[in-house]
Amino acid sequence: MSETMNTEATVEQTIAGRPDHTAEILLSLDNVSLSFGGVKALQDVSFDIRRGEIRAIIGPNGAGKSSMLNVINGFYHPSEGTITYKGEARSDMRPDVVARSGIARTFQNIALFSGMSTLDNIMTGRNTMMNRNWLWQVLHIGPAKEEELTHRAKAEEVIDFLEIQAIRKVPVGRLPYGLQKRVELGRALAAEPELLLLDEPMAGMNTEEKEDMCRFILDVNDEFGTTIALIEHDMSVVMDISDRVVVLDYGIKIADGTPDEVRGNQNVIDAYLGVSHD
Amino acid sequence: MTASPDLTVNDTGPKLLLWNAKERADRPAMREKYLGIWQTWSWSEMAGEVEAIAGGFKALGLARGDRISIIGDNRPRLYWSIIAAQTLGAVPVPVYQDAVAEEMQYVLEHAESRFIVCENQEQVDKVLQIKDECPKIETVIYADDRGMRDYNQPFVHNFDDVIAQGRKYNQDNPDAYTSEIAKGKGADTSIMLYTSGTTGRPKGVVLTYDNILKTAYNAVKFEGLQESDEILAYLPMAWVGDHIFSYAQALTSGLCTACPESSDTVLIDLQELGPTYFFAPPRIFENLLTSVMIRIEDAGAIKRKMFHYFMDVAHRVGPKLLDGESVGMGGRLLYGLGNLLVYAPLKNVLGFTKVRLAYTAGEAIGPDIFNFYRSIGLNLKQLYGMTESSVFVTIQPNNEIRMDTVGRPIDDVEVRIEDNGEVVFKSPGIFQEYYKNPEATAETKTEDGWCRTGDAGFFDQEGHLRIIDRAKDVGKLNDGSMFAPKYIENKLKFFPDIYEAVTFGNEKDYVAAFINIDLNAMGNWAERNGVAYASYQELSGLPQVSEIIRGHVKNVNASLAEDPQLSGSQIKRFLVLHKQLDADDGELTRTQKVRRRTIAEKYGVLIDALYSDRDHCEIETEVTFEDGRKGSVKADLMIVDVTAPATAIPQAAE
Repeated sequence: MSETMNTEATVEQTIAGRPDHTAEILLSLDNVSLSFGGVKALQDVSFDIRRGEIRAIIGPNGAGKSSMLNVINGFYHPSEGTITYKGEARSDMRPDVVARSGIARTFQNIALFSGMSTLDNIMTGRNTMMNRNWLWQVLHIGPAKEEELTHRAKAEEVIDFLEIQAIRKVPVGRLPYGLQKRVELGRALAAEPELLLLDEPMAGMNTEEKEDMCRFILDVNDEFGTTIALIEHDMSVVMDISDRVVVLDYGIKIADGTPDEVRGNQNVIDAYLGVSHD
Repeated sequence: MTASPDLTVNDTGPKLLLWNAKERADRPAMREKYLGIWQTWSWSEMAGEVEAIAGGFKALGLARGDRISIIGDNRPRLYWSIIAAQTLGAVPVPVYQDAVAEEMQYVLEHAESRFIVCENQEQVDKVLQIKDECPKIETVIYADDRGMRDYNQPFVHNFDDVIAQGRKYNQDNPDAYTSEIAKGKGADTSIMLYTSGTTGRPKGVVLTYDNILKTAYNAVKFEGLQESDEILAYLPMAWVGDHIFSYAQALTSGLCTACPESSDTVLIDLQELGPTYFFAPPRIFENLLTSVMIRIEDAGAIKRKMFHYFMDVAHRVGPKLLDGESVGMGGRLLYGLGNLLVYAPLKNVLGFTKVRLAYTAGEAIGPDIFNFYRSIGLNLKQLYGMTESSVFVTIQPNNEIRMDTVGRPIDDVEVRIEDNGEVVFKSPGIFQEYYKNPEATAETKTEDGWCRTGDAGFFDQEGHLRIIDRAKDVGKLNDGSMFAPKYIENKLKFFPDIYEAVTFGNEKDYVAAFINIDLNAMGNWAERNGVAYASYQELSGLPQVSEIIRGHVKNVNASLAEDPQLSGSQIKRFLVLHKQLDADDGELTRTQKVRRRTIAEKYGVLIDALYSDRDHCEIETEVTFEDGRKGSVKADLMIVDVTAPATAIPQAAE
């Protein structure tokens, strides 16, 4: 499986297994601002994501983290600033076009089709890659059938990877929360993304589920070389698994660096950890 | 149907594999569900894989007499590794896949394994962790390459590479495979299986081809197993049962062994596959029944009523039909209708539609559970065996299924009861020795070729063996009658209200018992009857609860009274404990077995009170909380007399 889904990113990894500082920049945001009427969700934010890294975006509630992901995957269009993805400056793009260009995501509040099985939900992640039109798919013959078999094989690889064989045919609405989160990750993985955006992948999970999810995030990054940007509230998780962390507060970037650098930053301590000045 | 193999010629596993590859070339030998699809290997394909693996092992330096450990869930490649190692005359040592590194270290060190075949990264990590302590380990091979990208130690090999290397080796040495097989003989050690070690360190049981193949083949003949039979291999490969069913019986009968997709999907795979041959310990049958009952209680009223009506019919008629006894026309018709509406769909959901032979063993099975499966038409039987006997000692023959026996000795097996009540046997399956442990071997094997089981039992009037307890736990009451604590405790525990029971009676005038109530079952009763309680202790101290338990105890006494050998050990007095017996407090083992000595010391006051004429007793006990803190619990326990005549069966007070 690793052979088929692996990208060239592994070549650029250092001996320690982590991408170095010279890795190619996959996505960069320059002076991005976003406002809803009078509310300024993001103000003049710039940062980049290097190929192969795990990049965390943290900040208190309402800091603009989810808005940031929504800007990256085209749900929102920034009022100012530019987004450069794979070396090309991107104008406003529809989410489906972004998805086709290799960016997949999960949502803070699970957005699965609750009446559909795990397998069918994961298959929807392949939707952008299905070329036959609906008529072919309804007929389910010849090329359409072949195409479905190819996609099904890929979906099965994801199921195997996430160890969710036992719930393959269970409607996701009947699954516990932690497993639904895993299915959602599966749907994003099925799209074979180059950049994976995870919006609070561990929210509402118990410790064991969090540990599992951490392992899967690290495995995805390691096995497939997928670049990952994640929003997460759990500080210990963020500090453990990310290579670099960007911190937002009230739509403004207040820190950017390795977990250690960020942890020592006074602005971050004030804003996020809520410790007052002495 | 193909003829049977001649075991005098095909006297080893690898020889039998060759025979099957020739005689049953295109019959399915193994299946595994991979990426959602069942993959099948025929006997000839399987032999081809084994040949390649054997070549790879040879190329890596595995030699005759070496030990090679196999660690992982049931996977075709791991089964093939066993036969490939045997081809070269090496001794496979399967290890329990859920063992932690330290437990694994003991076995790997003791067996002096040179080669280790691991299923995946999880197992490789454990082996690497202990490798420094086990200097004999030279080569580690992993079957699944997930997560293994950064493992570049020179002694760690990918299974795919081993196979490729083996194919090349076999090309260069075309006769190596068959000539290696020809070197093996029936008296060679075929496998070493470590007992789980509930008492002390695990012991390595050494078995030869003659042991396992003859025993397995006798059972194949006893049950009429054929190449069309199919089994789901889901129990640990290191357990003797799996080795006999999925390896020895597969080789001698040609049946097909299927490996589940993962350990979580066993029930789904069972349903999809529809095996004909099935083994499960009582606990699994119990869990399956519970899940059925929960779903029935959630079903609509019509379905629920239909289910209960036809289950009543099934309980009356089903077991008789299975045993071939005569049943009236009306009963047959109703059962047929029930089969259409309830039993067949239910068996389908459970994956039992095609099962024609199901075994349970290991512990006593509750009568309700046993009868449930028999009444819906599952041919569930009990057998008796152990690692030291290559499993089969006794089996219940068809049409002679009894709740509380383990059946008759199979061909070539002799069973005798010693004066102290211990069961001893003689069979082709008796193990050679405990590896590097002559004292333990001498304790178990007598000089004239008998094997001690450590179990106490007797033959009933029909000639069926009944196992009642561990021999060392069986005692005598002061009047000389036999006292078998576990036998009585099991009878008590079959009541859902009773979670655990401990009985006393050795060198006493009568039998007395501690009872632990089941919080779920009794809590449910309290809820239905509007009885308020705040804690486990309060619930267990309620007089109504004691009354219910008294009803159960009377039932147990009635069933004990039916048995001349055990009627003396009816329970005279009992008390309901104020706390649950717990492994954290040292009262149970980690596998939830009662530690009699600890309990007798800790609750000495209560035992004294049971053998006095007091009707209550105060006690203060230390308890350990889940976070390791200690505290104490005080209670005043009621002691209940059970004086009703045991001949009448009173109804339980519910």
